[in-house]
Amino acid sequence: MNNKRIDLELITSLVDKKIRVLDVGCGNGELLQSLKTKNDVIGQGLELKQERVNQCVEKGLSAIQGDADKDLSLYPDQSFDCVILSQTIQATGDPKLILKELIRIGKKAIVSIPNFGYWKVRLSLGINGRMPRTKKLIYNWYDTPNIHLCTILDFINLCNELNIQIEKTITLSSNNNKSYNGLPNKLSNLFSEEAIFLIKS
Amino acid sequence: MTFEQNKLPCSYFTEKKSLLLENGTSIDELTVAYESYGKLNKNKTNAIIVCHALSGDQFVASKNPITEKDGWWDRMVGPGKPIDTDKYFIICANVLGGCIGSTGPTSINPNTNEAYGLSFPVITISDMVNAQLRLINNFGIEKLLAVIGGSMGGMQVLEWAASYPEKLFSAIPIATSSRHTAQNIAFHELGRQAIMADPEWSGGNYIKLGTSPTKGLSIARMTAHVTYLSEASLTKKFGRRLQDKEEVSFGFDADFQIESYLRHQGLTFVDRFDANSYLYITRAMDYFDLEKTHGKTLTEIFEKTKTRFLIASFTGDWLYPPSENLMIVRALSAGGVDVSFVNIESDKGHDAFLLDEPEFDGAMRGFLDSVSKEVNI
Repeated sequence: MNNKRIDLELITSLVDKKIRVLDVGCGNGELLQSLKTKNDVIGQGLELKQERVNQCVEKGLSAIQGDADKDLSLYPDQSFDCVILSQTIQATGDPKLILKELIRIGKKAIVSIPNFGYWKVRLSLGINGRMPRTKKLIYNWYDTPNIHLCTILDFINLCNELNIQIEKTITLSSNNNKSYNGLPNKLSNLFSEEAIFLIKS
Repeated sequence: MTFEQNKLPCSYFTEKKSLLLENGTSIDELTVAYESYGKLNKNKTNAIIVCHALSGDQFVASKNPITEKDGWWDRMVGPGKPIDTDKYFIICANVLGGCIGSTGPTSINPNTNEAYGLSFPVITISDMVNAQLRLINNFGIEKLLAVIGGSMGGMQVLEWAASYPEKLFSAIPIATSSRHTAQNIAFHELGRQAIMADPEWSGGNYIKLGTSPTKGLSIARMTAHVTYLSEASLTKKFGRRLQDKEEVSFGFDADFQIESYLRHQGLTFVDRFDANSYLYITRAMDYFDLEKTHGKTLTEIFEKTKTRFLIASFTGDWLYPPSENLMIVRALSAGGVDVSFVNIESDKGHDAFLLDEPEFDGAMRGFLDSVSKEVNI
């Protein structure tokens, strides 16, 4: 299984059955499709690239073109049971606002992030003196859409600041995924490439 | 031409029950001319209404008996096509106020035994929808699988969804708007003025007087036709090419191919359309303003509706541009409505929705498939 698939399966495992889900940055609908088939959810996608929206609709998924930075304000309070933001928050203009929006719109939210505290990332910058490029961070410094990268600890701190509860955390490393009720192990900030958080207000 | 006297081969539904109109008056006897395709299933859950645009008709997927051309959306509606007649029961009705068999200004007023002409009441998009509602009630259809339409057809779709949400599983408004803009009204006014400036229009009494405002109607059509195209499509198709000549004539004949094309469009239109009908239908479109009619914002109108929406627009459409369609999408999202939106890359102008756009076909097919799965067809 590749990384993307694992990510998708883990997120699917956190989503209850038959609920209303908004997938922000839904891409070509892979996650929505999986949630619809496996969890029987009523899904809706928001995606920046029109071409990908068209692909979603062709698959029978509901999706619209829109920008997470601008268009989340359209959605009414608590209009979804769960809002998902997978591997996208680091590319948004105002992650703090986005986080607030996610738990305003959704009764719960699932956010996954690439962990900038991962040891390989630290090594790359600390020892090699180069901007890190890893399996999760595939871009060059000059073409990356990732303008707001953070570590697992940074993310937890922001949640605390916003009084957001972290209900569950799943940490991912190349061959070991761990699930925690609440906060993850302290060491995961060093040894995890990615983390998935289930949060609520 | 009066089509009423010379009935076209299609189905007719007539009801001697008055239809109350938005302007407060009513029509005593309603006739709806329509075509249907496919088979209505036992539970009557597979019915789709396709709403036609300003100059359209009920012959969506069958040969038009007047022009002898294929149906206007033949590429979209048919066996195995995105709106699949093997799966769905499809109805397309000539609109109220039209001239292809439904009650309109060319019809005989049962109270006077003369053609209505300008005594026909000014109708609206919601009146058109109410006439269609009578037709589906007659079929015993409780809930439509979908109502689909582009341009003015899209306005009818929006009106259906706003007024009768409980009667629709899904709505597909295409290349449309929730209200006519000043620019939209302006182009229609050009057309109407052209018709009324034709002496043969005879104050709207041309049927009685035996005159025929073909000049006016054809100019109206020429003006409108330009708004359906785009600069890119005109340049691609005609450029500055001359019509059957090497040099310009230093006169006012149709030197350029585009002139000759437009004249042809105008001339053939008068064979299949009635001038007064053109006035009435363009007026209905100009009056269309969903928020005003319903006295609510778009979001309030559609809030929490169970109807699923697919909205489509085309990048090269400047008549009902993507921004107008997107406005509806945003309002629906804000109302917590299940909505999909595709904006199709095309330089073919407003008419793109009628033309070969495979990405659009894919969206239509995918959306209808998923709705029909939900409804268990």
